[in-house]
Amino acid sequence: MAKFFAITIIVIAILSAIPILRHTWVAPEDISTHGALIDEQMSETMAEAGISFLAAQFVLAFFIWKFSNPGPDAKIKRFPGGAKGLVIAALLVVGVEVIALGIFGVKAWANVYLTAPSADAMPIQVQAGQFAFYFRYPGPDRKFGPIHPELISEGSQNFYGLDPDHDPDSKDDIVTAEMAIPVNKEIHLLMHSKDVGHSFYVRELRVQQDFVPGLDVSLHFTATKIGRYEIVCTQLCGLGHYNMKAYLNVLSQQDFEDWLKKEAAMQ
Amino acid sequence: MHDMSAHAVQHHAPPTSFIRKHIFSLDHKVIGKQYYALALVAALTGMVLSWLMRIHLGWTNAAIPGLQSLSKTGAPGGVITPEYYLQLMTMHGTIMVFFVLTTAPFAAFGNFFLPIQVGAEDMPFPRFNMMSFWVTFTAFIVLMASFFVGDGPTLGGWTQYAPLNAVGSVGGPGQGAGVVLWATSIALFCVGQLLGALNFIPTTLDLRTKGMSLLRLPLSAWAWFITSCMGLTAFAVLMPACILVILDHVAGTSFFVPSNTVINDQLQPHSGGSTLLWQHLFWFFGHPEVYIAIVPGIGIVSHILITNMRRPMLSHRVLIYSMGALAVLSYMVYGHHMFVSGMNPISSLAFSFPTLIITIPSTIIVLIQVFSLYGSKLRINSASLFALGFISMFVSGGVSGFFLAQPSIDIMLHATYFVVGHFHMVMGVAAMFGIFAATYFWFPKMTGRMMNETLGKIHFWLSFVGAYCIFMPFHYLGMAGNVRRYSSFPDDFLQPLIPVHRFITVAALVTGAAQLIFLYNLIHSRFWGKPAPDNPWEATSLEWSTATPPPFDNFGGKHPVVYHDPYQYGVESSVGDYVMQVSPEQVKTEQEEK
Amino acid sequence: MATAVHEPPQIDQHRLPGPGRPGNGGWRNLVPADGNLRVTLDYSPPPSSTAIWVVLFAIAMMFAAFTSALIVRKGSSLDWRTFTLPSILYFNTLLLLASSVTLEVSRRRVATFMGGLKSQVVNPARWLYITLFLGLFFVAGQYVAWSKLRAEGLYLATNPSSSFFYVLTATHALHVLGGLGGLIYVIRKIGRLTLRRSALDATARYWHFMDVLWLYLLCLLWIKL
Repeated sequence: MAKFFAITIIVIAILSAIPILRHTWVAPEDISTHGALIDEQMSETMAEAGISFLAAQFVLAFFIWKFSNPGPDAKIKRFPGGAKGLVIAALLVVGVEVIALGIFGVKAWANVYLTAPSADAMPIQVQAGQFAFYFRYPGPDRKFGPIHPELISEGSQNFYGLDPDHDPDSKDDIVTAEMAIPVNKEIHLLMHSKDVGHSFYVRELRVQQDFVPGLDVSLHFTATKIGRYEIVCTQLCGLGHYNMKAYLNVLSQQDFEDWLKKEAAMQ
Repeated sequence: MHDMSAHAVQHHAPPTSFIRKHIFSLDHKVIGKQYYALALVAALTGMVLSWLMRIHLGWTNAAIPGLQSLSKTGAPGGVITPEYYLQLMTMHGTIMVFFVLTTAPFAAFGNFFLPIQVGAEDMPFPRFNMMSFWVTFTAFIVLMASFFVGDGPTLGGWTQYAPLNAVGSVGGPGQGAGVVLWATSIALFCVGQLLGALNFIPTTLDLRTKGMSLLRLPLSAWAWFITSCMGLTAFAVLMPACILVILDHVAGTSFFVPSNTVINDQLQPHSGGSTLLWQHLFWFFGHPEVYIAIVPGIGIVSHILITNMRRPMLSHRVLIYSMGALAVLSYMVYGHHMFVSGMNPISSLAFSFPTLIITIPSTIIVLIQVFSLYGSKLRINSASLFALGFISMFVSGGVSGFFLAQPSIDIMLHATYFVVGHFHMVMGVAAMFGIFAATYFWFPKMTGRMMNETLGKIHFWLSFVGAYCIFMPFHYLGMAGNVRRYSSFPDDFLQPLIPVHRFITVAALVTGAAQLIFLYNLIHSRFWGKPAPDNPWEATSLEWSTATPPPFDNFGGKHPVVYHDPYQYGVESSVGDYVMQVSPEQVKTEQEEK
Repeated sequence: MATAVHEPPQIDQHRLPGPGRPGNGGWRNLVPADGNLRVTLDYSPPPSSTAIWVVLFAIAMMFAAFTSALIVRKGSSLDWRTFTLPSILYFNTLLLLASSVTLEVSRRRVATFMGGLKSQVVNPARWLYITLFLGLFFVAGQYVAWSKLRAEGLYLATNPSSSFFYVLTATHALHVLGGLGGLIYVIRKIGRLTLRRSALDATARYWHFMDVLWLYLLCLLWIKL
């Protein structure tokens, strides 16, 4: 039975590795300017984790095969070097490996979170609420009008609680259910939640950020490929969480301006 | 001659009435068995909940016969609604993490065996010990009661993030009374575990018998001691968090709900609360909690492996230090659950480094366990199979941690099935394997009967292969972007993944059925198993030197005297291939490095 | 794991109970044959001493959690309204401090009494009763403080500052009540002449901790509220 167990471990380890090696289920194509470092980090980590995984399982299996059900005159032997060698190996190999991963990963993280948006980034607001995302563009005056929570009404489609009659800045604000952005233009996303916690996740854009009720959070990114992508909510927000999504359309500059004009006319 | 431990335990006479013997018992052994029974009921409940979840995920419109009688609104016609799925999921997580993974490896086996392994008559405060079980039991009842109130249990996940946990029933079904019951249950659970730590720590430090120095304690005893220290710190922080949440519900306070919260077009009456506060308090508890779930397993599995390898680990001390390092580091890493939560991104970097570093003690533990197999005389039985399986599972679950420890990669993998695969491998499988190994190993001592080996091996094979079939695919799903806590998958990009979910569901149902073999074995052996000798595994620690099952005061009125380190196996100068800790036989060994 | 030649542990003749000293102070009477004291000779306090430290640590962690909740909550929004602490709190503080003093007095008297010199101590529990009543007056005084706040319109949910005031002081008062329970237990045991030194010491340590904790909370409330 021990030998069979050893074989089973090896088979399982190999079967587990196959989908990874064959890239069966991978992240979609990266359309962001900051994603390359993230993907590189992922591949490096996969290589190191994969080797550690296979090595550990194979050694375990090998030892189970070799040292189980010993004969009557078998003697106990100590692994050369004993614990000291293993501790040093762990500290050096694993320690250096993880510290290196950590240090190299700082840049990938900093690109997204520790850099300020450029001065001419296009500001877009997104409001998350049970169970939809709504987006707001500031319009020609480049200013967002104030939000009045007590005026928020899904019924009358005043999602942001705007009061255009009394707030001149709100008059030209454009509120939409889909998000459109021009390609190759940096976007400054201003995020807030209407009610509970939500999250903004676009896989192709390599961004994920929670909305924090009570706080205004912001994100900035640039999309490099025209297309239609999904924004999904990844923070459990209630029974409609599984269905809470919106579409992100990355358009050419001309198409984007046309779209914005169309949306403005429908306000 | 004065022996402190002789007077340390307040003597209580052996109980005579049925209630004193089996229900309100002061005996740590009975309390340990009661905890085990509670964990068993909880595990079966949690497993059934997982079946319901998995069936729904594979076949969203499946009608499960009979479910409508449990919840008319949640499962009309037996079809699980989105909210009911989340409620089942929340209860599954809460029950498993608290009432199985904290209860069985630590409270059940620790209560039964720690006093015996240190050589004491009982824990120092038997009444608090009894209270700790009944408080935990009450917590379980309170939690289960939420199935039967108004609109059912809370749906916010076992992590119960704010402000969804504090806005009340406007937030969704179960968010009113369901949350209050959840928080009350967990607060009670914390009290129960604190009462437990109150006993475990003095037992280890003060009640050791003659000759039992700290370094002569078996690894399982060290694991329980380290775990109780972690529990002391962690549960004492979760309890105030639960109290504050309850106050937000019943007293109109706003600890966690900010201003300008609008639900159903109504401005909510709360203001100023901090949602991240809940996450900080919860995860300060939450991360040590998962180490509370795994460290006893590490100690127990090491203990079992040593007995079945017929040799000690390459270094006793390094394993102890590594378990201690895990405990200490576990407090510094909790922010890795919050990388994209909106907390300061520099904090995210700060938390990621200790998280990466915690792989070092974990690696050391695995390396020592694996390389001690070299040159050993490995015996294969149900207990050792599960112990070896533990190592394989711990490795599998641990390497996915490499990814999740890095904030940049977490951007892609946070809140996906990758995380779910990671924690199920380490907790749902490895820790469970530790429980199974402990059961097969210690069942003879606890009940006086042997478990059926054939059934044990069948249980192992189905569980080992089955668990890999279930949880390895979770990682692939996560990498493909499958978001977690979704009751179904309407998105286009998720459609190709549904066949994978169906495969997992089938594997889960089969593996679940295999656990019934274990249940049958447990019950059948309890009454009709072969009578067990005192030391069926030829083991050295103190629990094997006493009668099977141990008498009321553990050692029959005599205090054991310890002459040896705990794992004297394969000692060349000894008479047999092992020397028990209490054996006066003198043995000479080479000075091995510590 | 190094194991040298083993002989059965021997009794250390220097650590037997001496005259006038109850017990042996907790030292294990063990010396291994090879003289390596570190292996088997260690100081083992009574379990209740370790246990009370466990309890105090847990309580400290709990109030640490409340403290961080207060700090975060105060910083997270602009709705925090400070108010003046009711002045009776300072009087209550004096009561609690006095009770610690009376507890120390009673400890010495009880130790003398239980140590065999019964004739010298007429009423060993008297100072314990004084401590008990001072503690009860403290709790009553806290209740008066809450009533004062209610009269000013400051209830539990009125403002986050009042929320924390009530939560912190009520939690502390509940733990003080627990300490009172411990004092009653000690008084009963004295009455039956079965009190253990360790029980008295543990109760006293708990009570003094309630004192220290209260001083900390008072400072916290005074600074932050």
